[in-house]
Amino acid sequence: MFRRKRTAKEFRSEVQSHIENETQRLREQGLSEDEARAGATQTFGNVTRAEERFYESRRWLFWDHFSRDVRFGARVLRKSPGFTAVAVLTLALGIGANSVVFGVLNSLILKPLNVPNAESLWEIDRAGKSRGATNYQSYKDYLDLRDRNRSFDGLAAYNITEAAIDTGNNPTRAWMYEVSGNYFEVLRIQPFLGRVLRASDEHGPNSAPYIVLTYDYWHARFQDDRGVVGQKVLLNKHPYTILGVTPPGFRGTVLFFAPDMFVPMINQEDIDGVNELDDRGNRWVFEIFGHVKEGVNTTQATADLNSIGSYLSENFPKEDGQASFALSRPSLVGNFIGGPARAFAKGLMLLAGLILLAACANLGSLFAARAADRSREVALRLALGASRGRVLRQMFTEALIISSVGGVAGLWGSVVLLRALGAWTPFTRFPIHMPVEPDAKVYGIAVLLSFASGFLFGAVPMRQVLHTDPYEIVKGGSMQKPGRRISVRDVLLVAQIAICAVLVTSSLVAVRGLMRSVHASFGIEPQKALLVEPDLRMAGYTLEQMPAVRRKMMDAIGALPGVTAVGVTGYPPLAMGGNTTIVFHDDTADFRPSNAVSTPFFFRVSPGYFDAAGTSLLAGRAFTWYDDKEAPKVAVVNELFAKRLFGTSADPLGKYFKLRDGTRYQVIGIVADGKYLNVAEEPTTAIFFPILQSETGETWMVVRSSGDPQQIAGEVRSTLRGMDPGLPLYIQTWIKEMNGALFASRMATASLGVLGVMGAMLSITGIFGMAAYSVSKRRRELGIRVAVGAQRKEILEAALGRAFKLLAIGSAAGLVLGLLATKVLAFIVYQASPRDPVVLAGAVLAMLLLGLLATWIPARRALSVDPLILMREE
Amino acid sequence: MTTQEKSTQARSERESKERLELLQGTLDLLILRTLIFGPQHGQGIARAIQQTSDEELLVEHGALYPALQRLEDRRWISAKWGVSANNRKARFYSLTAKGRQQLLHETNKWSRFSAAIGKILGLGVEVKES
Repeated sequence: MFRRKRTAKEFRSEVQSHIENETQRLREQGLSEDEARAGATQTFGNVTRAEERFYESRRWLFWDHFSRDVRFGARVLRKSPGFTAVAVLTLALGIGANSVVFGVLNSLILKPLNVPNAESLWEIDRAGKSRGATNYQSYKDYLDLRDRNRSFDGLAAYNITEAAIDTGNNPTRAWMYEVSGNYFEVLRIQPFLGRVLRASDEHGPNSAPYIVLTYDYWHARFQDDRGVVGQKVLLNKHPYTILGVTPPGFRGTVLFFAPDMFVPMINQEDIDGVNELDDRGNRWVFEIFGHVKEGVNTTQATADLNSIGSYLSENFPKEDGQASFALSRPSLVGNFIGGPARAFAKGLMLLAGLILLAACANLGSLFAARAADRSREVALRLALGASRGRVLRQMFTEALIISSVGGVAGLWGSVVLLRALGAWTPFTRFPIHMPVEPDAKVYGIAVLLSFASGFLFGAVPMRQVLHTDPYEIVKGGSMQKPGRRISVRDVLLVAQIAICAVLVTSSLVAVRGLMRSVHASFGIEPQKALLVEPDLRMAGYTLEQMPAVRRKMMDAIGALPGVTAVGVTGYPPLAMGGNTTIVFHDDTADFRPSNAVSTPFFFRVSPGYFDAAGTSLLAGRAFTWYDDKEAPKVAVVNELFAKRLFGTSADPLGKYFKLRDGTRYQVIGIVADGKYLNVAEEPTTAIFFPILQSETGETWMVVRSSGDPQQIAGEVRSTLRGMDPGLPLYIQTWIKEMNGALFASRMATASLGVLGVMGAMLSITGIFGMAAYSVSKRRRELGIRVAVGAQRKEILEAALGRAFKLLAIGSAAGLVLGLLATKVLAFIVYQASPRDPVVLAGAVLAMLLLGLLATWIPARRALSVDPLILMREE
Repeated sequence: MTTQEKSTQARSERESKERLELLQGTLDLLILRTLIFGPQHGQGIARAIQQTSDEELLVEHGALYPALQRLEDRRWISAKWGVSANNRKARFYSLTAKGRQQLLHETNKWSRFSAAIGKILGLGVEVKES
């Protein structure tokens, strides 16, 4: 289609040969050379016209005009580099923002897991009334679901955990999935090397000492050594055999958490140090999933699961309560992460779309202004016989040049950003990363958006061109009518400022939320504290040995200079994770979940923990070393828990509550409320048990120092290593460890902040463009005003009054919209309140500042108008 | 270019357009018909049309080429460079199978058309080109 079949040159030579032939024929009839040539030329007719027609008949005419338009457009744009740069940059920002957000949306939400037949793969959630659906299940319930359902091609389960792997005197920590034996069969994953785990490998607890490596881990740790199959390694000091390696693309069944290896769930005791397989009430299994059978729809499958649910409720009322199930997509663990992630990504996409729209409005008004400036050129071209269509096409071509260059720049930037995001691991302790990868869809969207926006803003000056009267313009010069009616440009500018004000407002809300969340009371003092995780389990200590080891370690570290307090907890608050339990009144005898009064977070802590963590004790006493197994069971609770359980009037100290197993606990102390799972959570109940009365395999030490905690880290490490050289250690300041808890709101704030800054930049260029244009248009008028004695204030009013009026209208509209949008933000941002006077004032101030900034240069220009020079011109 | 020149050009363009429309079907047909005797170059085709119509039809040679181009685009004729009888380089056109079919179809159509017009005007089948 694009190939030129014949060149104009070839055609000319054909015509030439025609005339030669005709001349010769005429000469043969007896005419003289000159007469013959004249005759031949005459019978041929107009050679130029033949050539023209030949040219017009060619199919590439469109492309020919197009390439001419492109060349002309490029030349025109090069002549006004300022305009071009602003336009390209504006668009690059708009398109870049969109393709980044779309890239994230695409790889996290639109794309299914990288496993065979992902479309029929569903996760089974436990539907709940109070806390919504949860992915966590108990192992016993899993077995019932697996064996009693008729709608799935097998159900698999997995849990995420960490263990020490030792291939020969080099223990390192590795992240693994504890999987059900049928995990790979259900997923239909074939081994890359050796074999994968099978359901037939399981024969009761601790019967399957096998591990399967992921390709990435095998590649990094074993350097692609094919001999690893059958090799023995130590997992938490227990001998395990490597069965095989999974294929390269397989990264587990949750998008952002790629494990190093897979171990059988049935061997939980080896890995986690505890055996919870038979505890039906303990929902520790991270996720159950399976392929819905062909011919079965999700409604039928859910009904099937719920009939198992009623069986469970009937037979195990204490453990299961009202059991009902729901299906969700496994890629982001259903609604656990998927819910907020989806809502946020959609919100961001919307904002990014607004950015692009603002950019288009911005460029549209720039183009309209330009078209007005070029009305002479347009008129001249029309007068010379160009059709309006050709002139419009030329203008569209210019718009397309800008949009393609801007699109390419934006795409380039977004690819760089997405790659960086894909390689980024925000947490040191977890193998968490965002699997974002720019793909064809992202490129497609960027190209589509740049063309669409090119047409969008290219269409703005269309009416102007169509209504150009060449005769009037060529005769009378500029076609400025003194009319004051609202022009397209004004509307566009107001729309654009409104959009930008929305962005500025929402980013202010987010920033404010983050600031509040940082300064909110966490119930702990993470400053000046060090978190140390000596993994006793991995080092091979039994549960019985641990209390003594912990005490020894606490004494040793407590004796270090600079250490003011030290305590041990099973798991620290705000470190990505938490355990909850259900609590009953002391007089309750029927322990169904529906009779529970509260579902508090619980922590197992040692004496000294509250001092070390900086949790203030409000009443009663903290734990001592005498609160051990032989002593009566006691607990310290937070203020909210005390209120919830015992009311506000009574003194909670000395009162009792019960757990699911009927054990009575006496409240001996009250501590301040805090945050336990994440900083944006609502006030939550929490209880603390003495670690000597409530066994756990986990050990986290909180070390409070008088100075910078980083400085004692080395000494802590060497002290602990001195006690046990083979002890796996993880040391981090508490502030850094808390990044995880702050991660979501930080990400939200960062992305909203970036969009807000973009919005601000766009409104600056928009207002600037408009103001500068109106000043340059009216220099003569301003000059005359100065000449007849206008004051500076009047000049400014004349030059910029309109710009400011538009700015005010746009900002007001945007502010209202932005405050409405804030309601959406409340899902992610800590206490995002639209009626926050600081946010309101901030947004107004920001828009005012933007307006001042943008009109500064035009105002200076307006004031520096020299009437003498202007009058002399023309 | 002055306004006058421009209008002259515009007028002549209009006229030629009219004539072309009138000629369009016929010229194509004549070219196809001429090529049935074998490959021929542009000048040869023009001569042949003039001669076979007893110099009745005056073809402006230049107007032949857009028609040739059109026929080539439609794949009714094909072209390649060769040497003419008087030893000059020339582009020779020849009929393709598709063109032969088209010729049959067009001839049929044209004879029906001219017979119908002739009947109305009462002139018999002869048609004169003005």
